[in-house]
Amino acid sequence: MNGPLDFTLGLGDDALIAAQRLAEWTTRAPEMEEDIALTNIALDQLGAARLLLSYAGELEGAGRDEDALAYLRDDRQFRNVLLVELPNGDFAVTMAKLFFLAAYQLPLYTALAGCADERLAAIGAKARKESAYHLDHGALWVKRLGDGTEESHRRMQAAVDQVWPYTHELFAADPAAPVDPATLRSAFDDSVGPVLAEATLTRPESRWAPVGGRTGVHTEHLSYLLAEMQVLHRAHPGAKW
Amino acid sequence: MAAVVDPEIRVVTIDELGILRAVEEDPASGRVTVTITPTYTGCPAMDVIRADIRRALAAAGHGDAEVRTVYSPAWSTDWISEGGRAKLAAAGIVPPAPVPAAGVVPLTLAVRCPHCGSPETEQVSRFGSTACKALWRCRSCSDPFDHLKAL
Repeated sequence: MNGPLDFTLGLGDDALIAAQRLAEWTTRAPEMEEDIALTNIALDQLGAARLLLSYAGELEGAGRDEDALAYLRDDRQFRNVLLVELPNGDFAVTMAKLFFLAAYQLPLYTALAGCADERLAAIGAKARKESAYHLDHGALWVKRLGDGTEESHRRMQAAVDQVWPYTHELFAADPAAPVDPATLRSAFDDSVGPVLAEATLTRPESRWAPVGGRTGVHTEHLSYLLAEMQVLHRAHPGAKW
Repeated sequence: MAAVVDPEIRVVTIDELGILRAVEEDPASGRVTVTITPTYTGCPAMDVIRADIRRALAAAGHGDAEVRTVYSPAWSTDWISEGGRAKLAAAGIVPPAPVPAAGVVPLTLAVRCPHCGSPETEQVSRFGSTACKALWRCRSCSDPFDHLKAL
């Protein structure tokens, strides 16, 4: 990585792709309240993505705005972590993804709020308040499902096991970045550990740790997501509602 | 211009909500600059609020007004005025409790039902009809109601 541009682009892409995935639940969540909740969280992520991508465009200085970055890049040019592009799976997988993402974004945005870059600091100060609610919501469901019925426990544990390997990429060291992600690991462990314990879930052993998102090497899932997200803009360039 | 209302909670103005941060008039040119800040980053009402501000200013003879959006300092529900809180309550939206001093403390304070005043209420979902509200229900009168979340 090389400094604020890649860092900002990575964070913006994390938020954008997470928003797109969460929005897939719209009208499909298990209950109305959860439908609204997931859509709200998607909207928060989209809000952060717009601020981060707008700023990334300015840092790049090539005249690309948030829309150009969101709609006119191909998969290899995206810098999001693999965690956010994984398919939603069942509700437990979505909650595992949401919980781990929020447990990373909250300390990240909090640290960002105190960084030297004024724009990133403002975005961090704003987004961390919203992340706190996301973390709360994810934790609530992880506990409810983990410490629920035999079936919900089985599926929540399976979801945690499935998603866990992808959490390691979140903390890949980047000493040149405005906030080195490696410094966030202990805060993540501190919020994840007690919740998993209360949920009677076993924290998986850390073995396989896939990476690549930050350098543009993604799973095939991202391409399908982008196809759906970008098709309208590409079919009707510059179209406005 | 301070009469511009929030498009999603139409009983309160942007001034009462704390969204309106500053109004400055350049003494030389007479050009007006309005500074606003969003409640949530993804608040979809911002475009409408900007358009409403421009319309109000144009009606007052300031057709060339500029509307700036700032993100720092981040909006807080503590900025909602007393008058704004009273209007929210009158509209059946329970105003937010003060924001906890540091960190995030799980909210366990009783929220009184705006319809019957009962403290026997429960949160149905912390995410409601707009980004800034949570959905609650009264166990006494069974009515649902909105609660503006502390942020």
